[in-house]
Amino acid sequence: MATVRLSFSPAPVHVRTARLVGVAVARRAGVAEELLDEVRLAIGEACTRAVALHNQYGLPDLVTVEMSDSDSYAVRVIDHAPIEASVGLAKLPPDELADESLTDEALTTGVGFALLAGFVDDLQVRPVEDGPGTEVRMVWPVQRR
Amino acid sequence: MELSLATRIVAEHTVLEVGGEVDVYTAPRLRERLVELVDAGARNVVVDLGGVEFLDSTGLGVLVGAMKRLRVANGTFGLVCAKEPLLKIFRITALDQVFPIYPTIEAATADGDGSGPAS
Repeated sequence: MATVRLSFSPAPVHVRTARLVGVAVARRAGVAEELLDEVRLAIGEACTRAVALHNQYGLPDLVTVEMSDSDSYAVRVIDHAPIEASVGLAKLPPDELADESLTDEALTTGVGFALLAGFVDDLQVRPVEDGPGTEVRMVWPVQRR
Repeated sequence: MELSLATRIVAEHTVLEVGGEVDVYTAPRLRERLVELVDAGARNVVVDLGGVEFLDSTGLGVLVGAMKRLRVANGTFGLVCAKEPLLKIFRITALDQVFPIYPTIEAATADGDGSGPAS
């Protein structure tokens, strides 16, 4: 099993770096080529969510992305925001998406979660074991070479 | 690839051609440009996503924001997108039921009343 760990300051500019690394490691791990767009999008959404939470709570702590391959390709995106921030992740129904009363932040959060849930078959969102924070864990199958 | 933005007029529509990656870092620039266009008087706006290589929830939020702004101003808003990976994003988020999405600029600019793509 190989592990690659990336930690970055919670700034939007670094999310692209996390996507690029995540896809490079996925390709190396043997994730099917046709899944790589989904891997790129899902890692980007999970990191965008983590960066937004750190900024919302004024946390300078690093966001961590840990990628590992064994029987599958597993990616964990770890934030350190208070756990209650994760409550309310829900897919929005179409008639609410363009509703005037919906804030841009709520829309982006709902759409981001819809993308994560839609593109990742094996998705878990759970508290980190030590201290405040949430771990978004995503798993994709790998092809044996 | 960095975000690229270019505007042109086609059949009385303001077409904003977007290229590159639209994400949490670049989406604010797309939002600014769309706000500038509406503030400058554009009322029939078409965003051409033909050159977009990556689009995330932040970018989708900006597009919804622009559509709402134009709705308030009695304008129209449409998207041009023929790439299956991007269309899948619209389907998964149910935003394909919110935006008029056209396969070509010609189709988008021919629909002057903003009632949506002909099917």
